[in-house]
Amino acid sequence: MPVIGAPLAKIDSWDKVIGAAKYADDMSLPRMLHARILRSTMPHARIVSIDTRGAEELPGVVAVITGRDVPIEYGILPSSQDEQALCVDKVRFVGDAVAAVAALDAETAERALQLIHVEYEPLTPIVTMNEALDETRDAIHTGAHADHHNIHKMVALEFGDLDAGFAEADYILEDTYFYQGNTHLALENHAALASFSPDGHLTLWSSTQTPHYVHRALAKTLELPASRIRVVAAAIGGGFGGKTDPFSHEIVACKLAMLTGRPVKITLTRQEVFYCHRGRHPVLMWVKMGVRQDGEPTALHFRTLLDGGAYGSYGVASTYYTGALQTVTYKIPAYKFEGMRVFTNKPPCGPKRGHGTPQPRFALEIHLDKIARHLGLDPAAYRKQFIVEDKTKTVNHLTITTCGLSECIDRVVEASGFGGEKREARSEIHESKIENQKSKIKNGLGLACGSYLSGAGLPIYWNQMPHSGVIVKVDRGGGVAVFCGSTDIGQGSTSLLAYIAAEEFGIDVRDVRVITADTDLTPVDLGSYSSRVTVMTGNACISAIRPLKQKILDAAAEKLLVPAESLSFRDGEIICEDDDARRLKWTEAIALAEAKHGTLSGTGSYKPPKRAGPYKGSGVGISPSYSYAACVAQVSVDIETGQVRVEKIWLAHDGGRALNPILVEGQVEGSVYMGVGEALMEEMTYRGGLHKAPSLLDYKSLTMRDMPPVETFLVETNDPEGPFGAKEAGQGPLLPVPPAIANAIYDAIGVRIDETPITPDKILKALEEQEKGRAARFGPKNFPAVKYPEPIRVEPPEDAPRLERKKG
Amino acid sequence: MKSILHLRVNGQTHELYTDTHKTLLEVLREDLGLTGTKHGCDLGECGACTVLADGTPILACLALPIELQGREITTVEGLARGAELHPLQRAFAELNAAQCGYCTAGMMLSAKALLDREKNPTREDIRDALAGNLCRCTGYEKILEAVETVASQQSTGESKG
Amino acid sequence: MLRLPPFEYHAPRSIEQAVNLGAEHGTAAMFVAGGTDLYPNMKRRQFTPQVLIGLNGVEELRGISNGDGITIRAGTTLHQVSNSPLLQTQYPALATAAKLVSTPQLRAMGTLGGNLCLDTRCNYYNQEFSWRQALGFCMKKDGEICMVAPGSSRCWAVSSTDCAPVVVALEGRVRLVSARGERVIAASDLYRDDGIEYLGKARDEIVTEILLPPADGTKSVYLKLRRRDSFDFPILGVAAALRLASNGEIESARIVLGGVGSRPLECVDSARLLIGQKLSHKVIGAAAEAAWRPARPLDNTDSTHSYRKKMARVYVARALGALSEQ
Repeated sequence: MPVIGAPLAKIDSWDKVIGAAKYADDMSLPRMLHARILRSTMPHARIVSIDTRGAEELPGVVAVITGRDVPIEYGILPSSQDEQALCVDKVRFVGDAVAAVAALDAETAERALQLIHVEYEPLTPIVTMNEALDETRDAIHTGAHADHHNIHKMVALEFGDLDAGFAEADYILEDTYFYQGNTHLALENHAALASFSPDGHLTLWSSTQTPHYVHRALAKTLELPASRIRVVAAAIGGGFGGKTDPFSHEIVACKLAMLTGRPVKITLTRQEVFYCHRGRHPVLMWVKMGVRQDGEPTALHFRTLLDGGAYGSYGVASTYYTGALQTVTYKIPAYKFEGMRVFTNKPPCGPKRGHGTPQPRFALEIHLDKIARHLGLDPAAYRKQFIVEDKTKTVNHLTITTCGLSECIDRVVEASGFGGEKREARSEIHESKIENQKSKIKNGLGLACGSYLSGAGLPIYWNQMPHSGVIVKVDRGGGVAVFCGSTDIGQGSTSLLAYIAAEEFGIDVRDVRVITADTDLTPVDLGSYSSRVTVMTGNACISAIRPLKQKILDAAAEKLLVPAESLSFRDGEIICEDDDARRLKWTEAIALAEAKHGTLSGTGSYKPPKRAGPYKGSGVGISPSYSYAACVAQVSVDIETGQVRVEKIWLAHDGGRALNPILVEGQVEGSVYMGVGEALMEEMTYRGGLHKAPSLLDYKSLTMRDMPPVETFLVETNDPEGPFGAKEAGQGPLLPVPPAIANAIYDAIGVRIDETPITPDKILKALEEQEKGRAARFGPKNFPAVKYPEPIRVEPPEDAPRLERKKG
Repeated sequence: MKSILHLRVNGQTHELYTDTHKTLLEVLREDLGLTGTKHGCDLGECGACTVLADGTPILACLALPIELQGREITTVEGLARGAELHPLQRAFAELNAAQCGYCTAGMMLSAKALLDREKNPTREDIRDALAGNLCRCTGYEKILEAVETVASQQSTGESKG
Repeated sequence: MLRLPPFEYHAPRSIEQAVNLGAEHGTAAMFVAGGTDLYPNMKRRQFTPQVLIGLNGVEELRGISNGDGITIRAGTTLHQVSNSPLLQTQYPALATAAKLVSTPQLRAMGTLGGNLCLDTRCNYYNQEFSWRQALGFCMKKDGEICMVAPGSSRCWAVSSTDCAPVVVALEGRVRLVSARGERVIAASDLYRDDGIEYLGKARDEIVTEILLPPADGTKSVYLKLRRRDSFDFPILGVAAALRLASNGEIESARIVLGGVGSRPLECVDSARLLIGQKLSHKVIGAAAEAAWRPARPLDNTDSTHSYRKKMARVYVARALGALSEQ
């Protein structure tokens, strides 16, 4: 029975539905202490002194530490080692960690925090991006951590001849957009449990998406040999990118365990998780695009300004990502990207689902809608004319293997009736009996597309080693164990390894055990980020299995007296395809193989193809393959209240071959959900340097009653880079959703909302502008005069879209 | 202040001596080791800690055990009958309604309360009943499907019987 | 995990026992019913009572009865209120308001009395202790000034109960009992225009009953503005109750707004415009216009205050429109 392509349950679902899955906070050890972290109440201040005596004297307190106990700087990127587990000299946002207490119970630890006195010398907080650009203000970081003053990173790249491109254009449109910051809001608050043994071995169980990177950060900050540190990812209650950095509380739990000789657990509160953040960057964008009369793009100039918050995190990569993937959907022959990330005294931003790409995608897809409307073109047919082709390169040296975007557009257009007659509102909420009420509800459809990578082409620290490793062991009893460092955050990556092993060996999925995310037991996998897991662990798993299969076939062939090539693995047997009377049970075959070859195990690893272009920064954006998605959103807008109801979402996703369709659908539906939330309500808002809404009540996320129905279409290209032809599905489907909603609102009421979240008051303001005969728009009015560096000029590759000179 | 409590959880009565100000959530997880009940906010803002009290969904993070003595508390650990899973557990697993699994216990208990009182709920009924349980992974689609699947099994099972 | 501060707990079985315990412990004690409002506040250290008097075990505080008007005992859960066929037919606005409170779980735990006594809310107040410490504390708890109106001598925390505007619009009364005796006051007198001292009841008094007059043909409606279709408190609530004469003219009218001030706001001018009129477009427009003017929401809830003010007019018009269809 084929396993690949079948809608099977995840192998770890069973523990989840009986409440047996152990998340980090569910664990406890004998003699365990509970720790809490004291966090800064100042957005920006120097630490003058910390007096911990009161806390130390409190009965039940076992240890108190401050920054002096863990001063070594760390950070996820080698170029941004700008964090300390507990701040030593300076705090940079409300919520920055300052001191920590381990006590016999959590209540005592909490009480002890109140007895620690920190004397601060306040500095003027830098809250907005404009303030960050003002060089007369204090620098948040000093030295090498910033490119210049409060500018963390500056990038400028130009591919092809931009001036020529704009000269060829018949129509040039410039506009500004703003995508608000928002956060992952995984339902599980981060937790970590550390244990230190007398012989110097440290173990950390943590809710982390990247145990390997945590492993490295612990070795550095705790000055222990990495060989004596074991990091295990517990079951993870949602990630979305929020658990991909090494965190202060992980280092603190370890340090306290080392000092006390007792296990130490830290579980963050929801407010602390808001402070950890690493979520979506707020990005201000300026877009200038030139097109010919038929809409063909001739040049694109894109500027971004990212509000990074207080630390680097993945910010250098995030900055590049706001420019990298504009070219992978439509043929763009000349492209200039200028990006800048600034530091502000707010919780640090980082990677959230789509990492740096939903923001520019929002701008680009609205921009295209505006161009299509201006030129009188159908937004769907228009886009389809210029879609990139298989086996080509983009102007910025990204390699397209397969692209199913055209079919994606066809599927959602056909299902939604996009471009046809307007639809009636579905929602009973709007079917009001109140007189004249119906005329106040306007309906619209909007379309947008997107694309995302199937794994980052480079690791976050430079090395030549594999990105993913797998060990497969076959037991005499017939069971197969797969060991891999990957972390399952709910998407099903653990199950996927079981499906692949079962498919390859022709056995039942239940005969496969998967052991993951344990730096002692499993080979390194870089972690659950950048949608890399299916492609990379899948390929590593296959490469571990195939030689092992050969050994089994050799042994079986000897026994059956047939050539090994004639044998295949099917339904728990090894069967001769030419003579199916010649067959061996799986367990018989592996016994023969073990007798012949010794213990049956294999290792496999995966490294993405080397594809970086010939320029600095080319490492961001490259990937084995790209997924594609098209979305149509149907909205109804109440023009009296400005309330938008998303009635339905149609989303077609080319994630390559769907290895398990219900898991892929789950990723699509979850992405749509998050995209709808980001479009309409999710936002990180601040008052001064203080987060306005650090709770699940005040930070708005869609409830089941707010979520529109989703119709999902899987467009299964067979990508040569993926295991069994698979590409990514976890992030790409989010990208087209916010712009599709914005475009649908325009379709409904003729106003443009060029920023997220699209709230009712913004709609009313735009409608007021419309009524006054002014530009019917709500969005940023201008882009600040930012001094980007001279661009690096890069010659496009041969097989990239070329600018045809038709004018002059 | 500490109290002696007699708390009936999943059909078993537990005698406990514990701090009176501990919530049901804390007592379940810390005193009884029933860590299947999760917590996302501790403030009644997410539904992750939903349990049943005499069949009605309540939030363990805002309930005092001392007030729940004499009532039957059901947690996720009490859904299955021995080794036999509750149909909701089977449907959530088989239809991929549990991604990260963190909202799952609360979702299933809210759904159980609905299905116990309403054999044939509409999609709107399900949305209403689960509107107090946040999920960040699934977009709620597969959860709706799972509950609908069990509901339809329930109603066809009945018409057969 | 956020935890409750320690307290001594009492579980009286009767109203008498409850109020006697209240008298005995004085200001050290607080009454608690469903706990859905108080416990989050205690976890965030807005309240740290030494003694809690739990009313959940007081059987005589539960139930709805119909006689000369409707009596709802204060410990009746919001779930029971929303599902009461009696209220659904007689006073649908109250059933609707109860149904729109938060989530199914909270409605199963929370009581009508608790909702009527809901602590006023404010973005600067409903936060954890360390957040308020970072802000510098507001006058409602531990501080000196009002953060939303720093020049103001009073607190502007917002009445965020869904049921209060309805009970006021229905001309309900509430029975208050303490060890000192009992009294019945108009529901509108239960509220004061102050974010801190927002209740017109003494600390030792319990709301035991909500008394609604005979419906007698009264039409009522409640509309709620919030961002999400669940969980959220009202950032505007509109309760409207009308009685029509046989010729269709309005005999009595009350319109009450929630979520725009520290107490439910009665739109007296607006209601007056309706008396003797029939519910036409023009009349509804005029009444909505009059209701909109006194609403003075401040920037201390979800959404913007200018939007909430604008919506007061729209929602009043829609509420009246809905009544014209009833």
